[in-house]
Amino acid sequence: MTTTHQPATPFEMGGIGHSVRRKEDDRFIQGAGRYLDDIQLPGMLHMAILRSPIAHGRILSIDTSEAEATDGVVAVVTGEMLAAHGLAWMPTLSGDTQAVLATDKVRYQGQEVAAVIATDPYVARDALSGIFVDYEELPAITSPQQALEPGAVLIRDEKEGQTDNVAYTWEAGDKAATDEAFAKADLVVTLDTHYPRSHPAPLETCGVVADVNPATGEATIYLTSQAPHAHRTLFAIVAGLPEEKIRVVSPDIGGGFGNKVPIYPGYVVATAASLLIGKPVKWVESRSENLISTGFARDFHMHGELALTADGRILGLRASILSDQGAFYADAQPTRFRAGLFHICTGSYDFGAAHVTAKGAFTNKAPGGVAYRCSFRVTEASYLIERLVQNAAYELGMDPAEFRLKNFIRPEQFPYLSPTGFVYDSGDYHTALRKAMEMIDYEGWRRRQQEPHPEGKLIGIGIASFTEVVGAGNSRTYDIAGLKMIDSAELRIHPTGKAILKLGVKSQGQGHETTFAQIVAEELGIPFEDVKVQEGDTDNTPYGLGTYASRSTPVAGAATAVVARQIREKARKLAAHLLEASPDDLEWEPGRFFVRGVPDKGVTIQEVAFAAYTNFPEGMEAGLEGVHYYDPPNMTYPFGSYIVVVEVDPEDGTWKVLDMVAVDDCGVRINPMIVEGQITGGLTEGFAKANMQWITFDENGNCIGSNFLDYLVPTAWEAPRFRLGETVTPSPHHPIGAKGVGESATVGSPAAYVNAVIDALWSKGVRNIDMPVLPHRVWGALNGVEVAP
Amino acid sequence: MEIEVTVNGVAYRRDTEPRRLLVDFIRTELGLTGTHIGCDTTSCGACTVLFDGVPVKSCTMFAVQADGHELTTVEGLRRNGELSPVQAAFKEHHGLQCGFCTPGMMLVATALLSSNPDPTEEEVRWALSGNICRCTGYTNIVEAIRSAAATMHETAGVES
Ligand code: FES
Ligand code: FES
Repeated sequence: MTTTHQPATPFEMGGIGHSVRRKEDDRFIQGAGRYLDDIQLPGMLHMAILRSPIAHGRILSIDTSEAEATDGVVAVVTGEMLAAHGLAWMPTLSGDTQAVLATDKVRYQGQEVAAVIATDPYVARDALSGIFVDYEELPAITSPQQALEPGAVLIRDEKEGQTDNVAYTWEAGDKAATDEAFAKADLVVTLDTHYPRSHPAPLETCGVVADVNPATGEATIYLTSQAPHAHRTLFAIVAGLPEEKIRVVSPDIGGGFGNKVPIYPGYVVATAASLLIGKPVKWVESRSENLISTGFARDFHMHGELALTADGRILGLRASILSDQGAFYADAQPTRFRAGLFHICTGSYDFGAAHVTAKGAFTNKAPGGVAYRCSFRVTEASYLIERLVQNAAYELGMDPAEFRLKNFIRPEQFPYLSPTGFVYDSGDYHTALRKAMEMIDYEGWRRRQQEPHPEGKLIGIGIASFTEVVGAGNSRTYDIAGLKMIDSAELRIHPTGKAILKLGVKSQGQGHETTFAQIVAEELGIPFEDVKVQEGDTDNTPYGLGTYASRSTPVAGAATAVVARQIREKARKLAAHLLEASPDDLEWEPGRFFVRGVPDKGVTIQEVAFAAYTNFPEGMEAGLEGVHYYDPPNMTYPFGSYIVVVEVDPEDGTWKVLDMVAVDDCGVRINPMIVEGQITGGLTEGFAKANMQWITFDENGNCIGSNFLDYLVPTAWEAPRFRLGETVTPSPHHPIGAKGVGESATVGSPAAYVNAVIDALWSKGVRNIDMPVLPHRVWGALNGVEVAP
Repeated sequence: MEIEVTVNGVAYRRDTEPRRLLVDFIRTELGLTGTHIGCDTTSCGACTVLFDGVPVKSCTMFAVQADGHELTTVEGLRRNGELSPVQAAFKEHHGLQCGFCTPGMMLVATALLSSNPDPTEEEVRWALSGNICRCTGYTNIVEAIRSAAATMHETAGVES
């Protein structure tokens, strides 16, 4: 059910629905943010990492003597030294192991081989040239297809029982039912496409300052971390340190987008070095190091088939994927789901059967497989179905909007059980698409598309009507490395009526300090300005799994609402005491209890808070605070419809966005301004992937895309303009009806852009162009010429 | 090498290595950490400062090249204890998310508006094309800068 949300609180109070300005901005606009690289500790040393120049090779010898003799160098760390402490290898988030510093082989270009610790960062970097490594080169495997060829060189020869380059296999859905659906089909439409390797590349790279106190053994680890609590636990497990002696502090984060979810070798080496040397050690990677060695994203080779009836109904879906995992299987995703939540690939459509198979292969590339602004491979899933659906409509001779409207899950079908086992909580897909069509004047564009263009340009209109699954978990189904995907909130109202809210998640730009304060304002009537939100310090916040997969609002936001409501119940009792009334006779309005029927007789939440410490009834525990661990009953399912109009120049294959509308439904919007900011950013990143942003490798495994000259990201000059719309279908199981929005646009929009280009070229016989849709690819497709990738 | 440089109106005399990058000098030796580092190829503009009023990428200059010059960093944008119109507009128009690109963006904007008080959207976008933001999608940054221009007009109008 689509609704609109009317704020229940006045603007100054800043409850749900108000676009109040962000509290965190004051420090950022004055250069007073505190990011990792801003941290300077007394006696702090600096680390630089020596990386492999080759993609695959055996290490014959490492000579560090010249580096060690360099003035200012305190230590040189090698894998062998770490091995002596059992730290040469570490577990990945997917249950594989990953080399911290290579001991036997290097398995990708950029892999960590040794580290220099010095008094100055320049000296540390200089000294890297004093380390000499002899390699025996091995053949590089640069694609998953190559990895699976018989006789392919074994990349993970150190792994017990590993005899091939298969990282995992996985399947979901019902094969027999799907075969049956396909047997009944009048038409089968197929698509083979590669979702290319990409990198989140937040503007701030990753880094650590490890500060192990030599006297107490207590380790304070400042970390660019989207998941400080999980990281602390993993540090405890990896390094064998007692968890209470580890404090992870995630300071201001300059963007994460999934890049800052894994634990990277540099973090472990710096911590080990600080432990051994007894001084703080800082390591901040360069942009090149960031792009060649930390969490890549995507790299899915996808095959999809839709079974269709002649009158335009979908009967079933088959999908198979081959993923390029790099040298270590380090996807950051729930344990049970080897290909993430890719099996949401049935999308927004109602049909009975689906079967998904997945296989991952080791290659000589950096590990990662992080969900780049995405909930565990939902992006790839959404891309596949939205591309398939468009091609299916054309093959059937139908308009792609009409085809979607015919096959969408209908509003009355929610909660909807998908053929791969998800229970969609709520949705109204028809309304969102119709609204987008109206906003962009879909019919008008279809007419204009038919008119001859004065300069011979081709107009294309592309739609994507995505459904996401975000907000993991519930704890029954979702865990990472055994840690159940819950999150928590701790709220204390101080005597003066001001509050502090502590969360286990960690903002990287999403505006938590404002948004979560607004939830408290909504529930307790305390102005959002009076609510301090604290995150990132494991010693001062309750446990949580962190911020990624759009889970902060669905999980920590819910925890906040629940704990605030618990506090309000206690406040009611205190108010009753103050008003000498029965709690049942009290009514609540934002910020105030009053006696039913006597609106003048009331107390404010601030007065109640004061009483909680100064005048509480006998037998009642003092204070006004609580903590709640929220275990979501289900995921949330944000959705939306995006329509983009492009103009393709057939002469040179370039294309540009003429207009784009994005209608998003993320349930109730806490701060519409922030929501729209998230969507605009995501639409731009979607454009980046469709238009320019990818990482490739040459046949020797050299990474192309190791800096911002080769890895193109859009600037203000290239970024398109967007028009935004909304529908509001609250999540029925979330305490405030919110669904999460940080990733919707990155998930949904790439298919819309590509669909638009293909729409422009369909009549010329073009059926697919893989992302990024580069001019030479467009030109090649138009002219039937094979072009270099 | 000893250099003399004025940063945000304060004169500093410092001994620095000839090869030290200006950005490292500003961040580490002067402790002004609002100037950020986002790349190693002069691509991102996170390190932008004003060099005698002109935006430069401080990762691509040596500190010694600043000898005898005047720099403005984000810490120097406030005027008379108040946020500058550009700073205020970035907050008002939600022109930042993680804030990492923000100092560079605001310094480019400040320089732009001092030479072109009423830029078109195209002109703003072109001026920003050496600065990368990975969060916002730029729309609100552009809006913030155009609204700062309008505010500066109004204030100038009131004063004259
Ligand atoms: S750090 Fe100077 S341009 Fe990127
Ligand atoms: S606000 Fe994060 S990079 Fe611009």
